[in-house]
Amino acid sequence: MANGKVGAVLVVGGGVAGIQAALDLADSGFKVYMVDESPSIGGVMAQLDKTFPTNDCSMCILAPKLVAAGRHPNISLITNSEVLGLSGEAGNFEVKIRKRSRYINEEKCNGCGLCAQKCPVEAIDTYNKGLTDRSAVYVEFPQAVPLRYKIDREKCIGCKTCQEVCKANAVEYDQKDSEITLKVGAVILAPGFEPFDARLKSEYGYGRYANVVTSIEFERILSASGPYGGIVLRPSDGEIPRKIAFVQCVGSRDAQLGNLYCSAACCMYSIKEAIIAKEHVPTKLDCTIFYMDIRAYGKEFDAYYKRAQEEYGIRFVRSRVASITEDPATGNLFVHYVGEDETPRVEEFDMVVLSTGMQPPKNVEKLAKALGIKLNKYKFCETGAFTPLETSKPGVFVCGAFSSPKDIPESVAQASGAAAKAMAIIAPERGKLVAVKEYPPERDVSQEEPRIGVFICHCGINIGGIVRVPEVVEYAKTLPNVVYAEDNLYTCSDDTQKRIREKIKEYNLNRVVVASCTPRTHEPLFRETVREAGLNPYLFEMANIRDQCSWVHMHEPDAATEKAKDLVRSVVAKARLLKPLKNPTVNVTPAALVIGGGVAGMTAALELANQGFEVHLVEREKELGGHLRKIYYLLEGEDPQDHLQKLVKAVMENRLIHVYLGAEVVEVSGFVGNFKSKIRLNNGEEKQVEHGVVIVATGAVEYKPKEYLYGVDPRVLTQHELEEKIAKGRFNARKVVMIQCVGARNEERPNCARICCGQAIKNALKIKELDPDAEVYILYKDVRSYGFKEEYYREAANKGVIFINYSDDRKPKVSNEGGKLKVSFYEPVLKQEIQIQPDIVVLSAATIPNPDNKRIAEMLKVPLTKDGFFLEAHMKLRPVDFQTDGVFLCGMAHSPKYIDESIAQACAAAARAATILSKKVLEMEGIVAKVDEDLCSGCKICESLCPYGAIEMLEKEGKTVAHVIEALCKGCGVCGTACPTKAIVLGHFTTEEILAQVRAIMREMEVAAK
Amino acid sequence: MSQDSHPPRIVCFMCNWAFCEEEMRIPYNVDVIRVMCIGRMDPALVLETFIKGFEGVMLVGCKPPDCHFVDGNLHAERAVKMLKKLLALAGLEPERLKLLLVAPLEERAFSHYAKEFSEEIWRLGNSPLKKDEFIANLTAAKEAASAFRLRVLLGREEELTEFMNAYGEKIPEEEFDALLDDVVKAEYIRYKIHYLTRIKPRSVKELAQILGLKPFAVLRHITNMRRKGMIALDRVEGYTPLYKALEVR
Repeated sequence: MANGKVGAVLVVGGGVAGIQAALDLADSGFKVYMVDESPSIGGVMAQLDKTFPTNDCSMCILAPKLVAAGRHPNISLITNSEVLGLSGEAGNFEVKIRKRSRYINEEKCNGCGLCAQKCPVEAIDTYNKGLTDRSAVYVEFPQAVPLRYKIDREKCIGCKTCQEVCKANAVEYDQKDSEITLKVGAVILAPGFEPFDARLKSEYGYGRYANVVTSIEFERILSASGPYGGIVLRPSDGEIPRKIAFVQCVGSRDAQLGNLYCSAACCMYSIKEAIIAKEHVPTKLDCTIFYMDIRAYGKEFDAYYKRAQEEYGIRFVRSRVASITEDPATGNLFVHYVGEDETPRVEEFDMVVLSTGMQPPKNVEKLAKALGIKLNKYKFCETGAFTPLETSKPGVFVCGAFSSPKDIPESVAQASGAAAKAMAIIAPERGKLVAVKEYPPERDVSQEEPRIGVFICHCGINIGGIVRVPEVVEYAKTLPNVVYAEDNLYTCSDDTQKRIREKIKEYNLNRVVVASCTPRTHEPLFRETVREAGLNPYLFEMANIRDQCSWVHMHEPDAATEKAKDLVRSVVAKARLLKPLKNPTVNVTPAALVIGGGVAGMTAALELANQGFEVHLVEREKELGGHLRKIYYLLEGEDPQDHLQKLVKAVMENRLIHVYLGAEVVEVSGFVGNFKSKIRLNNGEEKQVEHGVVIVATGAVEYKPKEYLYGVDPRVLTQHELEEKIAKGRFNARKVVMIQCVGARNEERPNCARICCGQAIKNALKIKELDPDAEVYILYKDVRSYGFKEEYYREAANKGVIFINYSDDRKPKVSNEGGKLKVSFYEPVLKQEIQIQPDIVVLSAATIPNPDNKRIAEMLKVPLTKDGFFLEAHMKLRPVDFQTDGVFLCGMAHSPKYIDESIAQACAAAARAATILSKKVLEMEGIVAKVDEDLCSGCKICESLCPYGAIEMLEKEGKTVAHVIEALCKGCGVCGTACPTKAIVLGHFTTEEILAQVRAIMREMEVAAK
Repeated sequence: MSQDSHPPRIVCFMCNWAFCEEEMRIPYNVDVIRVMCIGRMDPALVLETFIKGFEGVMLVGCKPPDCHFVDGNLHAERAVKMLKKLLALAGLEPERLKLLLVAPLEERAFSHYAKEFSEEIWRLGNSPLKKDEFIANLTAAKEAASAFRLRVLLGREEELTEFMNAYGEKIPEEEFDALLDDVVKAEYIRYKIHYLTRIKPRSVKELAQILGLKPFAVLRHITNMRRKGMIALDRVEGYTPLYKALEVR
């Protein structure tokens, strides 16, 4: 603390955003304190059933992150607590926290759950949104982190039953609230949001009619771990509904309630809920979504929307729902709505789901006061278009839904971004307050007979509801070399990790098998567990009895149980042969290559330089700025050109950033930590640079329309051209027609270009500002002014901008008749064709991928989407990572987005990069190919086959032999398969191991054992 | 159950120390079973007695402050309070259970009380329940009374309402009673659902009809029973899920 700064960060809120921020900080050498008001972390994402647009199980993708945060040596979880006050300044804050009493000693509680089983008092289960009850001593959900029980003091009668049954002596009725003071260098706020209270919208009958539920209740109804066990039921009578209505914008876009903003995620989550409901209901189910605009503005969202209509037959009705009434005899509901033609209609449904919007978190004013930050008029955290991660207080950053309603990937990107901002403040303190994880010395098991422990997971009811798990356990015990077997409710839970470690010691196990879900998500967790017990992490193997058994044989419990036995037997057979492997390590070059010098690339470069890393910033054009150079004003009022100039100046003046203008990256070789790239400079020379990471920020371009007389008639412009005209004072039209979705949401490019609605509204408002009497018509498919941009849509409508909806089968027509521009379109309210003769027609042209993306993708061996944007590692939880280690993306290279979103992603890419650059040495995956040099004939087949360039040919003792560059090897094994002399062996997947599995499935092993 | 023409069958559990008469003149239709203290009477045992066909059950103990075993009579009072709640829920007149606490020097003979009780039961006549319903309801009540949750509350009542709970507070009698009411009701309904779905898988609506409850309430009980491993989905018929009981561990 020589400079008075503290290498620790306080993260307020333990939802997916808070967790991501904490993990990025902790992984790059900072101490993290994570405070959450709830007794466990996970936030709203832990309550969701599935996530769009990939339909991944929410808990399945979140649980590994919960566990990672829970077991990270640099993260301290302070749950059931609140922040009371903050003093000091950026770099050196003092924060006061109240730890509310759990009445359970967190150190002693091992989460066994006996207390909850025996507790005689029931309370409303808030995690399940009140659809069922829980006991007065509880955890929110079985995978809770930390898995520590808590007594609900309101409900507890103090009968001492839990104290008497608790084997760990963890119950402490006299535990008091306590206050702790922490020193931190920066603060990240991620308190999330509060779902809108649907009772306030009384005309929809929520709280009075049993079958009107909110969207989060419906998530719990859909969830296999929910109160109805994953069957969609009507709360009124437990029957499966035949007809469900989803009502959008409940508590959003509502002037009456004062919530003028759009909650940004509801359209998509409702489409998802409708799709999943149809999948969960064994019988025929009709789903209807009543909406104002479908805001499927995100990456691949429109494709999902289209699938919902075409594949799943979900009905979409553009309407406003006036009220909902109930037939008390049947519990059915009547939805009273006004359709597009303004005719009132009524339709009967079995069940109604209200798509409730996002509100600021509870007690937000108290929190704002405690921290000294400003809130906006909706009581969300105030931020700026160029400072999306900064609060009004220096050193205090914000991410997730607290700054505006948003979906998970934006929250995750912001979280990493806020982590970068925090890192920059305390960069010199990196590594000073963190503990290096120590593992016990690795046991040498080479001389031991295999002693296998088998842990079989119920996965709640995911597996246990179908496969008879106890029977599989008994069976596993009979297999050769298995000395121990047990079943677990959740093998991945924190307490089970402890059990596995204990059983390894108790039974002197030297191989561990877990039969549960997929190794893709859970293998790292279990490997870590066995490593903590002194075993080499590769003495572990998994059998997937969920995805490959219980899920696919849902209706055949007998056959599924037998198959689970087959799978366990096969994996046990492999486990007998497992050998320890060593993780290779590589040194890291602490420099980054950033491709693209627009706002995203420049921001990423600056964020890394602010943390002390060297950056090579390559821009193809002769100046920096990219897309931002064409933006002259923003909806929110800030001056983009001013920001651009400041950004360029900061980049040019930073001595750690080397800027190459008019230059191109032409070759990238090497691997994470050790890249070598060639840059072709503007003078034609090539320069080689070394770097540890790559950030792709190649941006996007405006579509040049072929439709609506663009390029034929000079009075037909794009939005960018219009903006330039207005900015340069060359605009004088009095009658303007804007046409939305030009080059987007069509056959060729099915997805939405996200920013054009905002652009159109911005320019329309500007025209009205210049000339209030000017006529502006906007012809749209859906107005997608999500989040706080909704407010400007309203403003435009109030100022007389006329919005007219068109559909694909009735697109507007633009013609030149006798020198006059003519636009004709169908007006859905009047139900007739209208013609206008505007002075100009403005096309909201889509933002399309940079044409250079394909070349760059091939060079970096990273994928593109069908549309040609870069495809990230995971759409929900890894928005700025590529599957390839050490390569990241941000900005419009990912998909079209607003400036604040690009900036957040750029900061995120910097934080993700910092998790690598901050390390001197990286540890890599140990499953790699190995060459037996005596057998190698030097034929080079492997070299030519390796898709990663991981094989090089070396001259050794006068012989050419293949050599595996371990850091590049991804462990696919193609080289070994092709090797004519069988000189290459892939660790952990040897021929013997695979053959053992094959034999075991054929039951040979059992015979052999007898 | 008894016919009007026959005297009702009554059993009397009697404390070893009450009524020290030399010669008890007991009516023919009343049987006495001796216990050391009336505090011994397990609620489940009392309900089992009804199931076995007795139309009235009398528990005889000593009047406070006297009790050979300090305060067994007070335990019996609390047990009877709970039992009467359960009997009412099961649709049987709570008057069929009588707790008689007598002073050591009681003037009237036991036969007087026995006769009086016998007459009262006679007046009540047949059980209002049909045979199947009677078995179902009383079994549910017995199982509820045997289950951990009610036994814990009953066992702790004295401590919580007369001394103090874990937080050093005394729970007001009426507050505890209200809680007990809720729990007794919930447990009775759940064990009734359990009994009914042991016979065959049933739907929420069918259960609601049998129980005279709103389907909404039945579904909520089923969610809690699922959590406690008492019930599971058996199958779906058309749009209707059917549930079956699981063996309670």
